Amino acid sequence: MNVDIKAEDFTPRRHTYSNVARRYGEDRPASRYDEATYDLQATTNFHYRPLWAPEFEIFDTRRTAVVMEDWYAFDDPRQFYYATYNISRANMNAAADRAFEFVDQRDLMSRVEPGWLETVRHYLVPVRHFEWAADLNSLRITDYGYGTRVTSAAMFAAADRLGMAQLLTRIGLVLDGYDEAGLQTARTAWLEAPDWQGVRRLAEDTLVIDDWFETFVAQYLAADGMLHPLVYGVFDDAGLDHGATAVSMMCEFMVDWLKDNARWVDALVQVAAAESPENAELISGWYRTWRDRAVEAVSPLATTVLGDAGDSSVGTIKDALDARATGLGLEA
Amino acid sequence: MAKKIPLKRKYEMMTRGLAWDTTYQDMDDVYPYDKFEGIKIHDWDAWEDPFRLTQDAYWKYQAEKERKLYAVIDSFAQNNGQLGLSDARYLGALKLFLTGVSPLEYQAHRHFAHLARNIRGTGAQVAAQMQSIDELRHAQTQIHAISHYNKYFDGLHDFTHMHDRVWYLSVPKSFFDDAVSAGPFEFFTAISFSFEYVLTNLLFVPFMSGAAYNGDLATVTFGFSAQSDESRHMTLGLEVIKFLLEQDEANVPIIQHWIDKWFWRGHRLLSLVGMMMDYMLPKKIMSWKDAWEMYFEEQGGALFEDLARYGIRPPMHAEQANNEKHRISHEVWAIFYQYTHAAGFHTWDIDDEHKAWLSAEYPDTFDKYYRPRLDLWKQMAADGNRYYNMALPQLCQVCQIPMGFTEPDDPTTICFRSREYQGDRYHFCSDGCQYIFDHEPEKYIQAWLPVHQIFQGNCGGAEIPDVLNWYHLNLGVDNMAYEGSAEEKIWNDWMATRRVGAART
Ligand SMILES: [Fe+2]
Ligand SMILES: [Fe+2]
Ligand SMILES: [Zn+2]
Repeated sequence: MNVDIKAEDFTPRRHTYSNVARRYGEDRPASRYDEATYDLQATTNFHYRPLWAPEFEIFDTRRTAVVMEDWYAFDDPRQFYYATYNISRANMNAAADRAFEFVDQRDLMSRVEPGWLETVRHYLVPVRHFEWAADLNSLRITDYGYGTRVTSAAMFAAADRLGMAQLLTRIGLVLDGYDEAGLQTARTAWLEAPDWQGVRRLAEDTLVIDDWFETFVAQYLAADGMLHPLVYGVFDDAGLDHGATAVSMMCEFMVDWLKDNARWVDALVQVAAAESPENAELISGWYRTWRDRAVEAVSPLATTVLGDAGDSSVGTIKDALDARATGLGLEA
Repeated sequence: MAKKIPLKRKYEMMTRGLAWDTTYQDMDDVYPYDKFEGIKIHDWDAWEDPFRLTQDAYWKYQAEKERKLYAVIDSFAQNNGQLGLSDARYLGALKLFLTGVSPLEYQAHRHFAHLARNIRGTGAQVAAQMQSIDELRHAQTQIHAISHYNKYFDGLHDFTHMHDRVWYLSVPKSFFDDAVSAGPFEFFTAISFSFEYVLTNLLFVPFMSGAAYNGDLATVTFGFSAQSDESRHMTLGLEVIKFLLEQDEANVPIIQHWIDKWFWRGHRLLSLVGMMMDYMLPKKIMSWKDAWEMYFEEQGGALFEDLARYGIRPPMHAEQANNEKHRISHEVWAIFYQYTHAAGFHTWDIDDEHKAWLSAEYPDTFDKYYRPRLDLWKQMAADGNRYYNMALPQLCQVCQIPMGFTEPDDPTTICFRSREYQGDRYHFCSDGCQYIFDHEPEKYIQAWLPVHQIFQGNCGGAEIPDVLNWYHLNLGVDNMAYEGSAEEKIWNDWMATRRVGAART
């Protein structure tokens, strides 16, 4: 059958969903990101209060003290929806796989000085537990957060954290020649080593924060903002003098991730802080509290790894973080 | 050289190995919600991971699936794939799906995140987290797959707004609100077990097979793509139940009650699917009755035989549900036919061929009870007097469906049940719904019942057009009979052009 397409009228009767058109102020073709994230969450006419939290509606703006006129004012600069998110991470992960292969083929692990290898085992492998806590915090934000613009990105971040916890597990196995005793040693360090207790206490304390936006600031701005640059930046740099190229290669995922994720974190903080002086003050207060906690938490670890240079390294990271926070409209 | 670690052990290191018992904070403060339901768990280590999927493998598989899925969605849009539909009436099923089911996918995403955060067994947490992101996938890919249809057809354009407001959409919405407002183990039982394991073949499969039979390539591609996700969700549902039952005998009666409740709640929700299968698909997959027999009576029967060793019996009102398989699709279609002026999809008069099919599928009931009503309505429409019911219906306090179901022993008498609670009288469509109310009256009296809300003036105004505006229904476009609708016209125009095009060659 030869169909005479020209004779048919395929003028669309509308270009996107009405909720998206309302946000655009006109009916025009929409991005997949917008269709996948605008207004998905129920906002009204909930049937029952949660048995487990009867003071709240199922989704409730009062779950945070931050006040927004419109909880859909946030934009993920990466425009992630499920498909683009997974494709992005599959690509990053393919690069990680190649790095592991390269390390294995060239036997790069044998070039790491034994003393430094011991240090790496101590500072790097326990981070998998920190990532697990970060995963739980991301799920808390996904659960209690308001509006899909926030929560869908938080879901992706949760998957990232689980992925990194597992990647670190894999690294832990490589560091010990695939003997799982290394993971056990790192676990003991996480639970008992004095220089890890600050970080563990910080992680546990963030798990019981009630306000999800505070959880977000504590985890994504403060804790990550101090620990990630220290471990994957400063410690990693120090390792280059000890033949630890292998470690840098295996950690590249985390370095790329931090940059990528910071775009989302910064955009969220910036918009919320710009909304009102009250928001800016509130978020600034959380920032300062949790930054101080994070600085205190990571310092002993920095001393273990860097000796006397530890404190100044932590200070440098703190200054950079403060500058970043100031740039986002916070008072550091 | 790399030592080989067994897969099971490796997966445990990748999941349970990550967590620890907190000491700076009390575990009960970190996990405050997993005890209040009375479920006793002695040993989370006994949890059998229902699947072993690490996050890196997840990214890889899912990215591959998405590349393929979006390639199909793109080419579907470019090639005006809507022309391959069996008929524009098929869109009714898609409208019901996007407005009624996709928001539930989204809700499932949010609440599986709640479970993943709040259950203190790491194996179960990780499985719930995977499901949470899967369900986000389902919501987002459904929106994208249906986006093209929205450009040409009505009733799809404001699905989340409608889901929060429109009277019949309070049926699926209250169903899910009920589950998420419960504790974590009831949610697992309600959604992972009762819904995804026991009843999924009666929800998801009919919509996806309906899409396949009716030329909806976009939706069917999504459906295939979601199959591997769903099989993970099903194994999780079964593992949760078995785990809870094995942990402590005291869990058995609690779980049994939840199974009784959620079976009936699911059955009532599925009556909308039954209507869709028997009345709305231009090309039928199978009748609701056959589907019920195959998927619940046979497969569900085998499942409950298997669960008997834990002390679990079949759901309390299973017999009534089996009994209703001859009627509910007809009863629900009748409701929507009468109230299609207040609905976001069209209904239509049933033609002779379709009636013959119904008669053959429902030899005991169709000709006797339902055909005369359809004949009468068709005649009324032919006389220029298409039947619309302008009185607002009474709704069941629990399932929120208008009271159109009939007595177990008499398909000609509407079933009414009622209870007085704290000085007010509440109404139910069935013994099953009344049973559910009796266990948690303080929950169900909170229900946001659309008809009550209209009468209280909370839905845009006192007149039906005010309410429909408030729903964001485009009057005379999204609603009313298919005959004479904009959708019928556009479809007929396309088809006429194609016939001309074909004749010319
Ligand atoms: Fe789903
Ligand atoms: Fe599912
Ligand atoms: Zn009912």
